[in-house]
Amino acid sequence: MKLDPKIPAGPLALKWDRRRFEMKLVNPANKRKFDVIVVGTGLAGAAAAASLAELGYNIQAFCYQDSPRRAHSIAAQGGINAAKNYQNDGDSIQRLFYDTIKGGDFRAREANVYRLAQLSVSIIDQCAAQGVPFAREYGGLLANRSFGGAQVSRTFYARGQTGQQLLLGAYQALCRQIGLGKVKMFPRTEMLDLVVVNGHAKGIITRSLVTGEITAHAADAVILASGGYGNVFYLSTNAKGCNVTASWRAYKKGAAFANPCYTQIHPTCIPVSGEHQSKLTLMSESLRNDGRVWVPKKKGDNRPSRQIPEDARDYFLERKYPSFGNLAPRDISSRAAKEVCDEGRGVGPGGRGVYLDFADAIGRIGEAAVRERYGNLFDMYEKITGENAYQAPMRIYPAVHYTMGGLWVDYDLMSTVPGLFVLGEANFSDHGANRLGASALMQGLADGYFVAPYTLGHYFATAKEPKPRLDQPEFKKAAADMQELTRKLLAINGKRTVNSFHKELGAMMWEKCGMARNEKGLKELLVQIPALRQEFWKNVKVAGQNEELNQNLEHAGRVADFLEFAELLALDALDRRESCGGHFRTEFQTDDGEAKRDDENFAYVAAWEYAGPGRSPILNKEPLTYEEVHLSTRSYK
Amino acid sequence: MNLTLKVWRQKDARSQGRMVTYEAADVLPDMSFLEMLDVINEGLIAKGEEPIAFDSDCREGICGTCSMMINGLAHGGQRGTTVCQLHMRHFRDGDTILIEPWRARAFPVLKDLVTDRGAFDRIIQAGGFVSVNTGGAPDANALPIAKTDADTAMDAAACIGCGACVAACKNASAMLFVSAKVSHLAALPQGQVEREQRVLKMVQAMDEAGFGNCTVTGSCEAVCPKEISLDFIARLNREYGKAILKNTVPRSGKGGD
Repeated sequence: MKLDPKIPAGPLALKWDRRRFEMKLVNPANKRKFDVIVVGTGLAGAAAAASLAELGYNIQAFCYQDSPRRAHSIAAQGGINAAKNYQNDGDSIQRLFYDTIKGGDFRAREANVYRLAQLSVSIIDQCAAQGVPFAREYGGLLANRSFGGAQVSRTFYARGQTGQQLLLGAYQALCRQIGLGKVKMFPRTEMLDLVVVNGHAKGIITRSLVTGEITAHAADAVILASGGYGNVFYLSTNAKGCNVTASWRAYKKGAAFANPCYTQIHPTCIPVSGEHQSKLTLMSESLRNDGRVWVPKKKGDNRPSRQIPEDARDYFLERKYPSFGNLAPRDISSRAAKEVCDEGRGVGPGGRGVYLDFADAIGRIGEAAVRERYGNLFDMYEKITGENAYQAPMRIYPAVHYTMGGLWVDYDLMSTVPGLFVLGEANFSDHGANRLGASALMQGLADGYFVAPYTLGHYFATAKEPKPRLDQPEFKKAAADMQELTRKLLAINGKRTVNSFHKELGAMMWEKCGMARNEKGLKELLVQIPALRQEFWKNVKVAGQNEELNQNLEHAGRVADFLEFAELLALDALDRRESCGGHFRTEFQTDDGEAKRDDENFAYVAAWEYAGPGRSPILNKEPLTYEEVHLSTRSYK
Repeated sequence: MNLTLKVWRQKDARSQGRMVTYEAADVLPDMSFLEMLDVINEGLIAKGEEPIAFDSDCREGICGTCSMMINGLAHGGQRGTTVCQLHMRHFRDGDTILIEPWRARAFPVLKDLVTDRGAFDRIIQAGGFVSVNTGGAPDANALPIAKTDADTAMDAAACIGCGACVAACKNASAMLFVSAKVSHLAALPQGQVEREQRVLKMVQAMDEAGFGNCTVTGSCEAVCPKEISLDFIARLNREYGKAILKNTVPRSGKGGD
């Protein structure tokens, strides 16, 4: 497989301009001759579908939810970054670019990240024009807050519901195009396979989640904006339905999967309360603006939090990282929390928790001001735990939150299958080995509003592929394969539930491939996963039939893919013999326990290529060459 | 604690439904209501029975997917709470709990507790947006907006589109949902150009979908997980009245351009 990132020549700041100028255009009257499939209607998918429809393309959009408004982008709380420098605190495109590259531990593609920082500015303008109710100052201008990994205030927000408001903006733009007949929307419809004709992505196979009908859809290009794979860990902050299926089936049809081992563990989530736990809930990183993280200094100090005097507390983030303090990046903060809990200083049931304390902030600005900033988060915390965080500190613990890895894409966001574009969390491109807070919303919208609408046109203008027809054998075969797969799942009729397999997989992944990884554990995992997968195909029990609304069957298909994908994740983690960002190998750390990168040997993107059933995937490397940035050791001290 | 559940089971949209009784044993207070149902479903699947179908996704109260009546109350009746955020510590050992789907003609039952809320999407498609194409937007700070207006817009925009307001209303009215979007956009300068068109089109789509009229009893506000205020319905009526008095004629065709 040849990986050509197609990075434009010239200085970093002019690359995107240059690329846009080089691109071939499709004349306005011809755009209506092209059909585009968009899978997923989160920020990236909805933004792309709406923007492409506005240009004149015919769109078919798909989501598994009952409405495009419910995609999981909606759950993002804290904010969206943009290099507006409205606060006059020294922000610039260059600074946002550098913070993002550095935050990603120098494992992202320089040119993509620079473009992201450039586009960030237009995103805020676009969203404000749509009527997104961003927080404002009394003078009527937009308000900002700070987020982890940055020393400037560049995060725009809408209370604690920024993702919701941005998604509703994109959803409304999408709805407008549905009303105009330019987008045909397929809710409660899941993509099962990608159809490739003559080497180009030309369609998908879907299953209706209401009737079970398996259908082929043809188009001139396919966009995947189907999110990340955090649910391979079973417990994560993802929605229950989030899955890797669309990406994984595309991988098996020839799209390379890049850096699957880059997973993000978010430091501030509500700790697990028991066996029944079905998902984890995030408490926005923005809380770390005013909350102080601490544990008791002494092991086993189980006095109630308010009775532990100041000098018996260890504000470990402030102690270890004085210049960033409680706003140290996510990977670093998560590991620091794990460390103190491993030392036996964790708080709450099971000792897997640290305090996030607002007493100082309440003393400084008053309870009302804290309520104004974070009221909904405090309410959510109380609903889940039954505890009042105005009176006692919150208990938090890291949880799987985001996945930086994803399908490999070039500068145009096209995968290794021509005509297959991948946007948002589903691609790998912008966050390197660790994503900074408030950057996911930025990337999803940049990809959807401002990158894909240009690059798809260039593909159409240059590829000149014939229009696909549903009676081509590729469509018939793919649909038949999916029917067979569904039949097989239902026919096993074993003894274990789908959920029990998912839970077991998640537990082993969290233990051996979570916040800390090592060679021994990963090698064990590479034996355990195939064994569990084998058992799944012999012993799983799926309820009901295909020809109905069958949530158990949906889950079974997703878990079957997680059971394959998990192996690739572990393999990538084993292969990357260094620590960087969210990928922490215990063998590779500095004397004071920080991640130790190996730029000599690992400054590359690992793009895995499917080699067929039962065969080891092939590793392809895209070297990361930095023209502008000087690789340095990340320090937040 | 041990509970008795009476759950609405309905095979599909065409079949007759009925209440079926299940025993829920060893329920823990820290479980969410949906996690309690997960456990029941695991038991049903193991016994070779069909699990109870219910909608849920984010399970943190923001996506608006989860939807069920508990003891006759949408989302279970805890103020400002979706059913996914309702925890079992609010129930008592020995309780009998009735669980039903949303009941409204415009939200047909697809299976068990799952309903089709596509009518809400059709209302937004009719006009619940600002018609700006991507690109060409002016600088976001070029248009200052009073904080109070931005806050009002945000109060309304917090709606998650779950449909509890419809389910709680004896007329199955969607006025709270529609008023939230109309008020959100009418409160902002960006929404002014299409202000009259928008309200007329959205109300028309609402009527066509088969939702009833507002009863002004406020049951919608009482169950709304985002505590959207009934005041917005007054705003909707005012917006609608103004548009009619101005003799606005809805432009033909859906979506607006």
